[in-house]
Amino acid sequence: MSSDATGDAAKRRDAAFSKTYSADKALLHVKAAGWGRGLSTILRITRMSLRHPWQVAIAIVSTFIAASLQLLIPQLLGQAVDQTQTVVTGGEAGALAENALLMTALMLLGVSVARGIFTLLQNYYAESVGHHIGYELRLACYEKIQRLNFSFHDQVHSGDLITIGLLDLEGVRMFFSTGLIRVFLLSVLIGVGAYLLLSTNLVLGLLALSFVPFVAWRSATAQMKLRLTWRELQERLAVLTRVMDENLGGIRVVRAFAAQAYEMAKFDKWSKYALELAHDRVGIRVRATSLMTFSFFAAMGLVLWIGGGMVIEGEITVGTLATFLTFMTILQMPVRQLGMMVNSFARASTCGTRLFALLDLDIAIKDKPDAKPLTVTEGTLRFDNVGFVYPETGDNRVLKNISFEARRGETLAIVGPPGSGKSTIAHLIPRFYDVTEGRITIDGQDIRDVTLASLRHAVAVVQQDAFLFTTTIENNIAYGDPWARENRIERASDSAQLHNYVLGLPHGYRTIVGERGVSLSGGQRQRLSIARTIMLRPDILVFDDSTAAIDAATEQRIRGAMKQYARDRITIIIAHRLSSLMHADQILFVENGEIVERGTHEELLDKGGRYKALYDLQVRPGDEMLEEMGGGEN
Amino acid sequence: MTTETYNERHDPADAGRRPPRATVGSYRIEEEMFGKAFDGKIVSRIWAFVEPYRLQMIIAVIAVLVFTGTQLIIPLIVRYAIDYAVVEGGVDYTALLWACAAFGVTIAINYAASYVQESVVGKAAENVLFDMRRAMFGHLQRVSLSFMDKTEVGRLMSRLQGDVNSMQEFLETSVISVGDMALLVGIIVVMLWLDFSLGLLTLSVMPVLFIVRIFWLPRARKAFMAAHETNSVTNGALAEAIHGVKAVQSMERQDVNFTLYNDKATANLRAHLTASKYAQVMVPIVDSLTGLAMAILIVVGGSMVLNERLDVGVMVAFLFYIQRFFDPIRSLTLQYSVMQRAMAAGQRITEVMDVRVDITDKPDAEDLPADMDGSVEFKHVTFGYNPKHPVLKDVNFKVNPGETVALVGPTGSGKSSSMALIHRFYDVQDGQVLVGGRDVRDVTQESLGRHIAMVLQEPFLFTGTVFENIRYRKSEATREDVVEAAKTVGAHDFIMRLPGGYDAELGERGGNLSLGQRQLISFARALVADAKILVLDEATANIDSYTEMLIQKALVKLLEGRTGLVIAHRLATIRGADRIIVLQNGQVIETGNHDALMAKKGLYSKLYNLNYASFDDIPDTELEAATEGAGDGTT
Repeated sequence: MSSDATGDAAKRRDAAFSKTYSADKALLHVKAAGWGRGLSTILRITRMSLRHPWQVAIAIVSTFIAASLQLLIPQLLGQAVDQTQTVVTGGEAGALAENALLMTALMLLGVSVARGIFTLLQNYYAESVGHHIGYELRLACYEKIQRLNFSFHDQVHSGDLITIGLLDLEGVRMFFSTGLIRVFLLSVLIGVGAYLLLSTNLVLGLLALSFVPFVAWRSATAQMKLRLTWRELQERLAVLTRVMDENLGGIRVVRAFAAQAYEMAKFDKWSKYALELAHDRVGIRVRATSLMTFSFFAAMGLVLWIGGGMVIEGEITVGTLATFLTFMTILQMPVRQLGMMVNSFARASTCGTRLFALLDLDIAIKDKPDAKPLTVTEGTLRFDNVGFVYPETGDNRVLKNISFEARRGETLAIVGPPGSGKSTIAHLIPRFYDVTEGRITIDGQDIRDVTLASLRHAVAVVQQDAFLFTTTIENNIAYGDPWARENRIERASDSAQLHNYVLGLPHGYRTIVGERGVSLSGGQRQRLSIARTIMLRPDILVFDDSTAAIDAATEQRIRGAMKQYARDRITIIIAHRLSSLMHADQILFVENGEIVERGTHEELLDKGGRYKALYDLQVRPGDEMLEEMGGGEN
Repeated sequence: MTTETYNERHDPADAGRRPPRATVGSYRIEEEMFGKAFDGKIVSRIWAFVEPYRLQMIIAVIAVLVFTGTQLIIPLIVRYAIDYAVVEGGVDYTALLWACAAFGVTIAINYAASYVQESVVGKAAENVLFDMRRAMFGHLQRVSLSFMDKTEVGRLMSRLQGDVNSMQEFLETSVISVGDMALLVGIIVVMLWLDFSLGLLTLSVMPVLFIVRIFWLPRARKAFMAAHETNSVTNGALAEAIHGVKAVQSMERQDVNFTLYNDKATANLRAHLTASKYAQVMVPIVDSLTGLAMAILIVVGGSMVLNERLDVGVMVAFLFYIQRFFDPIRSLTLQYSVMQRAMAAGQRITEVMDVRVDITDKPDAEDLPADMDGSVEFKHVTFGYNPKHPVLKDVNFKVNPGETVALVGPTGSGKSSSMALIHRFYDVQDGQVLVGGRDVRDVTQESLGRHIAMVLQEPFLFTGTVFENIRYRKSEATREDVVEAAKTVGAHDFIMRLPGGYDAELGERGGNLSLGQRQLISFARALVADAKILVLDEATANIDSYTEMLIQKALVKLLEGRTGLVIAHRLATIRGADRIIVLQNGQVIETGNHDALMAKKGLYSKLYNLNYASFDDIPDTELEAATEGAGDGTT
């Protein structure tokens, strides 16, 4: 890793919010959406659900049927109890009563089976709608992330994007089955149920329903409180995780400073902090649930008392009392789940707001409507007075008045102190960023007028930080050309001086590398990165400080192997080590975003300027330098 | 030329076909999710963590039994009310009042019991979770570094988090299971007691559910696992797209990746729909069985009531019980999976806890005295990570107080091992390592750490402010000390340029600083530690010349007035040392200062004369030639 890149990144991160992305960036950190925004998010999710009209229709209809059937059960039970109460006068009446009972029993069985089937349909199709929405959002999210420009990815932490793509998406996906459908179910149960009960007996009906508002309120508030504390707990646990992760990752530092006790204290502090909140959460949950149960049973007790009195007075039958009691047990569960419903709405609106903010982001660098593919004839690259400002910094220009030209077969080298803007020049050519002043042309075509795909096929950059994909070495090398044949892969690998190393591995080119595979050294990673870039056969090949971890001798061999290859294209080398670039046809010395010296190695040495100073710094024997510095200090 | 390459890369005939060498994401199941349902050894190990909360557990079990009892009693009260207070034509207000009073008392007890049970269990389970994690974390602070070296951090983290959470889930649900079991038994007993034959008849549907679930569970679990797995696969691919986005865009792989991702997302959708089917298919089965039990009750029980062989209240009570009796069966079968998961997790947790601690303080270990001279000596040291293949063989050398010694040698010569031994990261096989004239095994590790400061090759910084990082564990260091140290190593200027200066928050592992800057901060950290001995492993990575200069300057300052042992890679550092020790194949082959070694014309002079800026730049072939020659020279 080079100081240049990280220095730049740091600067960008520290800089003020960007003009382009500040609004969006803030959106990505939504903790709770405002009412208006939340509502429009909910509507948008609902609209998405309606794109599966059949499934939605089946789910809703099944919900109505299942709920109605469920309400029939208490009625049937009450009826059965009453039927047993028929005063038995004679054998015939007795037989009639038994027949009536049999009918009721059969109906009860039928209703139960039907209710089960419709509940299955309701749940399955509700979940299915959710899974389909989830699938669509996954694809949209993946595509968006793949296409968003570098300047977006520079600013947004990868962890935030993962949160959106994993957790927020889940929150939106769950909304239809846990939020919307349950609202239907609950309204049918309470609405129709209340009507049935109240019309049977007003007083008893009111008593039976008395627990509903209390439980609903308790459950909703408790859920909201749990939601808040959950978030807080996650934050505290995240710190604890980080403490453990860094301790284990940096265990040598911990041991070197004999800091185990210090680390344990740090762990204990955060552990205690998280534990306290975990206890609080248990408290909130338990208080809410036991109080809900209590209020339910209290209402039942009242129904029993008053209802019992009514039975005694002959106002109602025992069967009606049983109906009321069973009805209450049926209503208990969905009412308790009201909190979950509220939670589902809150979660969907927050998560959805964040997710949609990402999906709605504008991609700044894209094809113009009339863009044509780039046609490379002569193979000439020109920078015309190029200036560049990172969108977020606003002031403080990174590049000023950069002009140069390079032709096919030539090697151009760029050198300069860390943070001088060398890498930025490299990133402008494939339009990872767009110039803010001047223009860049390839064979006279402004790169902003051609299609991105054709431009990026013509320009390839060997990045500083070679990201390796967790797959085989051959797949990594063929990443940009997955149809490539084996011999081409081996040739590229050979040019990058990787072939012999790979052959020495137990599985050769089939060895898995990357995060979960064999770990490669920095130099090997860079060599692999060079190999995979060679595979692209670009017209312009840029080495963005990508040989820093490769030793000088190997680098020289790579250069030798690529001599033939370099004849057909422009090679741009950005490096710190002068031996990497002194053979170039033209060397640009960049400082503070401007080209301050240019020429060949010899010309620049003769000039005795900054390049010469850097040269002296690198080749002079170490002890002289030390003495001089020691002297300077004293 | 362009059109040619363009075509080669995107043959129109390939459109829609999956490229042979392309994949997105990678996911491998690395660990068994389920173990044996019960493993006595693991349970007893885990019990050690529950033991301190034994009282709470007993209270919880009592509370859960009381709770279950009240649940069983409520239908009985309703039955009493119906049979004795309400029907029989007679008006018995006293009985109704009694019934209501009993109901009131029962629900009060129910409330109290559920409150006690849930909060006691919930809190105790959280405590056990945190205790277990702490014990594991504490243990990892003491196990040998070679274990830490060969174990991925991610793996340990999943022990400390996922596995510990499985144990917590297990504890919480096992108390509830006790309640479920009691409820099941209670319902059966009460129903049989109320009316034996009717009870038996109604309960006859219960085994049906058991049988159905026995067949359903393994299939359903497979479907759930598949859903879970495809989720991980798709999420892994998304994470890869996020982390590797720049590489993807540089190589224009978006279209191919999208197609491949779509395959994974589609598989995920299918797996979820299947899992959903399995989950929901139980609903009509349970509902039908409940309906069947109620139908049986109504037909048989109803005719019994008609024949006056049964009170109507009993029938109502039965209805209540029937609606409840499938719940415990459902949760008990789920508990089985929880147990299997917990056993697998417990197995892995005990594995970590059982990693041997190799290096401990002797019972009579003393602190290294504050006035020790700072000398380091190796006496006939032999050491190997694998005793059969020693990496150091009979190594002897002494570093005098205040002297700076550079350790030089090819990769694998034993430089890093020597460094680790000074700090007693490992124990020698033979011989002695002396610090300040004392055998490192006779002094406390803590005091050793105070007297020896180490700078590692890869500067590791912690999340937090610059100030906290430089001070690190030396909490008595003041702000002035920290600033002073930063100034000495030349880090002050760039620190002041950070927003917030010394209070600037560092990103993950110092990610917002360059390698060189991180190096300088780690120098400052070593300086604040103010140890008599400094052990330094020079960074090999190529740092730009400007920062390199700062680092060389800082090094001089850092070594001033201390005993220094430097694993040196750069010629500048090597030549600045008072003495050079050349190691090869675990043996000291040359010692002396630069001029003396050059005159000797051994390995050192050969390496030096190859004229590379750093010994690490020397290609393997030339290195081999040089060492062979040197080897001949010494024998």
